[in-house]
Amino acid sequence: MPLDQSFVGRSWPPTEPYLVGREKIREFARAIGATDAEYHDPEAARALGYPDVVAPPTFPVAITMSASRQIVADPALGLDYSRVVHGDQRFAYTRPVVAGDALVCVNTVDEITSRGGHDFLTTRTDVTTEAGEPVVTVWSKLVQRGEGH
Amino acid sequence: MTDILEPQTFRVTRADLVRYAGASGDFNPIHWSDRVATGVGLPGVIAHGMFTMALVGRAVTVWAGAADAVIEFGVRFSRPVPVPDTDEGTEVVVSATIKEVTGEGHTRLSLTATCNGDKVLSMAQALVRKR
Repeated sequence: MPLDQSFVGRSWPPTEPYLVGREKIREFARAIGATDAEYHDPEAARALGYPDVVAPPTFPVAITMSASRQIVADPALGLDYSRVVHGDQRFAYTRPVVAGDALVCVNTVDEITSRGGHDFLTTRTDVTTEAGEPVVTVWSKLVQRGEGH
Repeated sequence: MTDILEPQTFRVTRADLVRYAGASGDFNPIHWSDRVATGVGLPGVIAHGMFTMALVGRAVTVWAGAADAVIEFGVRFSRPVPVPDTDEGTEVVVSATIKEVTGEGHTRLSLTATCNGDKVLSMAQALVRKR
């Protein structure tokens, strides 16, 4: 069944603030093998001009993937997660995420298309501080493979 | 920066995928269960696309010289990265060329990631500023 086109352009209410912990950034950096001091040592990070340890560029997905469940878990959309693969991923940064940030996500469906029996869903998540200052915008394109493909 | 940047090689094992699953919160079983992965038509457990992108991000950050030098970063996942259950796992090789220097003085990198000689990303780019 195709995805519900009426979701295109729809936005959801802001998520509860996600508190970015120093240990979470360290854990994520260790998991991807990023050993540079600015990911682990607050003093080293401050010496480089960051307020606290800084997150690697793909860290925001640890926040946005769960935030985007607002969209993908809505039964009305019609997404069968067992047939979903990750198509594209893109980030546009205003500044890097740092420990101590309290970040709010606003999810929007940018595009829904179909091609070759597959359905494509592009979500956009605008990640801001609680005061609304932009931090990063995250786009994910999910591919729902056609049944029998 | 020269036009072609020094390729960087990253080893990927099952243990890395388990650690990444925990750190990222992505517990999709195709990244840790051969039974589930083969059941959906994959050759076996594959790396999280976002783990591969994170490795490319490490390379970009090294080339750019700073975590806050990355302005834009995007990839398309064109092929899975199978990770065998061996001590050696597999290898992802990341390379980049300079595509253009923009009017603002930013550098656009065209990125390539390969595994076993196959390109696993397409349309992969980053826009970075030198600080």
